[in-house]
Amino acid sequence: MAEEEWQPKIIAIICNWCSYAGADLAGSARTQYPPDVRAIRVMCTGRVDPLFIMKAFADGADGVLVSGCHFGDCHYIAGNYKCAKRMFLLKSVLKDLGIDDHRLRMTFVSASEGAKWAMVMEDVVKTIKELGPSPINQLKQ
Amino acid sequence: MAEEIKQPRIGVFVCHCGTNIAGTIDVEAVKDYAATLPNVAVADHYQYMCSTPGQQMIQDAIKEHDLTGVVVAACTPRLHEPTFRTATKEGGLNPFRFEMANIRDQNSWVHMHDAEGATEKAKDAVRIAVAKASLLEDLYPKSVPVEHAAMVVGAGVGGIQAALDLANAGIKTYLIEKSPTVGGRMSQLDKTFPTLDCSQCILTPKMVDVGRHPNIELHTYTEVEAVDGYIGNFEITLRKKARGVMSQDEATAKGIVGGGCNGCGDCEAVCPVIKPNPFELGMAPRKAIYIYHPQVVPLVYTVDFDSCVKCGLCVEACGDKKAIDLEMEDTFETVKVGSVILATGYEIFPVEKKREWGYKQFDNVITSLEFERLICASGPTGGHLVRPSDGETPMKVAFLLCAGSRDNTGVGKPYCSRFCCMYSLKHAHQVMEKIPGCQPYIFYMDIRSFGKMYEEFYYRIQNEGAKFIRGRVANILEDPKTKNLHVYAEDTLLGRPVDIEVDMAVLAAAIQPAADTDHVRHLFGVSCSQDGWLLEAHPKLNPCGTTTAGIFLAGVCQGPKDIPDTVAQAEGAASAASIPIHMGKVDLEPYFAQCIEEKCAGCGMCVNQCPYSALDLIEKDGRTVMHVTEAKCKGCGTCGGFCPGGAIYMQHFTTPQIVAQIDAFLLGGEE
Repeated sequence: MAEEEWQPKIIAIICNWCSYAGADLAGSARTQYPPDVRAIRVMCTGRVDPLFIMKAFADGADGVLVSGCHFGDCHYIAGNYKCAKRMFLLKSVLKDLGIDDHRLRMTFVSASEGAKWAMVMEDVVKTIKELGPSPINQLKQ
Repeated sequence: MAEEIKQPRIGVFVCHCGTNIAGTIDVEAVKDYAATLPNVAVADHYQYMCSTPGQQMIQDAIKEHDLTGVVVAACTPRLHEPTFRTATKEGGLNPFRFEMANIRDQNSWVHMHDAEGATEKAKDAVRIAVAKASLLEDLYPKSVPVEHAAMVVGAGVGGIQAALDLANAGIKTYLIEKSPTVGGRMSQLDKTFPTLDCSQCILTPKMVDVGRHPNIELHTYTEVEAVDGYIGNFEITLRKKARGVMSQDEATAKGIVGGGCNGCGDCEAVCPVIKPNPFELGMAPRKAIYIYHPQVVPLVYTVDFDSCVKCGLCVEACGDKKAIDLEMEDTFETVKVGSVILATGYEIFPVEKKREWGYKQFDNVITSLEFERLICASGPTGGHLVRPSDGETPMKVAFLLCAGSRDNTGVGKPYCSRFCCMYSLKHAHQVMEKIPGCQPYIFYMDIRSFGKMYEEFYYRIQNEGAKFIRGRVANILEDPKTKNLHVYAEDTLLGRPVDIEVDMAVLAAAIQPAADTDHVRHLFGVSCSQDGWLLEAHPKLNPCGTTTAGIFLAGVCQGPKDIPDTVAQAEGAASAASIPIHMGKVDLEPYFAQCIEEKCAGCGMCVNQCPYSALDLIEKDGRTVMHVTEAKCKGCGTCGGFCPGGAIYMQHFTTPQIVAQIDAFLLGGEE
């Protein structure tokens, strides 16, 4: 299989107040980044149930990004802390399941960090492309 | 909650946004693709969906196709979700049956050179949005009453103007200032450009007004301690710092008839402790019991407990007025307000970090704010500009613009501080006016004279004989004998180095957010930009608002601006802050958590997750279940993300909706 042709499926669950706004700012500034990631907006990363991420991997996602506000900047005081704790735990569960934990990533991008959002996009796509298709997809085939 | 199960019928509308979207994305293909998706009853596209004909298309389609949900693929919901919700409502649907697919800000604008990739991403975004729209439900905003009061934090010229406007509109206004007097930076200035009005003359009447306005409750020497609540119902705890001196009102309240501070100054005369006066930037002394300057509002002395030796001489001098209490402690007071304006201002960048200009190394290098005090008639020298090294009158003065502004070295600030060019022109005028024969040299990169009558003022100063040298100063060296300064720069217009010997150099230092801005913004839940200035809701269309409903911004705390712009923004913020108060009620977005009681095991783990104490465990039908107090719930969904039993129903972001979005992307919309 030609590696060039493989398009990874990456889903991002991002908070309304910081990362979604930061992603919009990257747009206003016309900062270019690869188009592989699809975003779902929630009000706060605190809303992210680990089961959403497990569902995404079960559905065949090659990578999942969760992005919220910087610590101390959460619009709802501390939803990002609570999410980060869950993500750490979830990473160890993923490892046990044989899924490289680099496929799950949590980042903190503020509403003023459009350039950082573009960097995160570049980096996530690069990481997932290096890791290749998810083992779940390979099992399915 | 759905009364009857109805097969969803979704209308999809793809916006061209002129060429913003259509220039990159094949909108026709996205529309055709949308039409093939499950549950989509109609798909269309139009040049500007947000325009009147665009919105009409949505309304007509809702009626014609009996739609249950609307998807618009366009810009960001942060811009136009309210617009399209209104259109959805006008079409006869519940406004929350609308979902937006962001194919501009997060697609066409960031993938301009990958039309194919962008179009595929847009199709996926529409598919994800349709999946959510198929599961959207009717929601009803909760209307809450608004407290008929407002708060303004910071009493510089911006805060003063905002408080006066609110108070004049009949709103009870709490004006909070951390220093002992109102007035802020503007009260330190001598004259204002380009009209050369005396700064004090135009500011002090406003200072007096806020002190005596019946609708303004002025709290000086007070800081915000804690903030609770939400738009319409903020509960704000104030820390009234121990001032050591009672005002006349406070004394009367304590039953000391005719007592309290009347500003006579007898205490100051006997105080043995001498400290630098921060208002004069340390260039004049003050006592441990002090006022900044004679025009302070309120005219009440303050004890600096850090330097007070508690000798008690002031208490004796005060006599029967009994105003001074050296054992006074901080007190706390909680007030309820409907909206808040932050006007916390700025401070001067510590320009000594730019070591090449020798500030704090050479006596005769000063900052512009120090220059303002030295040239001001009420300043430490009575308005006589003198060299700090020997008290002589300077005959050659260099003005260094962009001292720390427009600096990409990492030491200074990358932004333009916006008013330094203009006040330096004013300073040049002032030295020529006050000291006959004095020659100002202005070292500049560009003169930014963008305001009304500013360019004319620039020409005027040129004609008056100021010398302009285009070039950033490389360094300043001091002649150790004369304390004169050698200013080295490249004149970039002539293309040659210059070395000018001057008596004094004035650095137009950059400005930065006031030191406690970060603390204040965390209290009020406001974001900041990369430079630390408070972040407005939209840079063009909502420059006074923030993303936290009910919190507004005025003045330099939002970004560098001069006095006219600060006052204009303050008036705008006051107007915006008064809207919910005059409406008397606000609608809260109905993103409340709800408990699905059949699933709830009553474990209570969610209760600890909630940052707002909105969740409780209650006994119902012999079982323990969770209960949500909707007025406290802000809709973050943290409880919903944590519930091990899936028993929390997070309105508008329900688990089925989010899972449907995930499935739609990864499985192509099939279950």
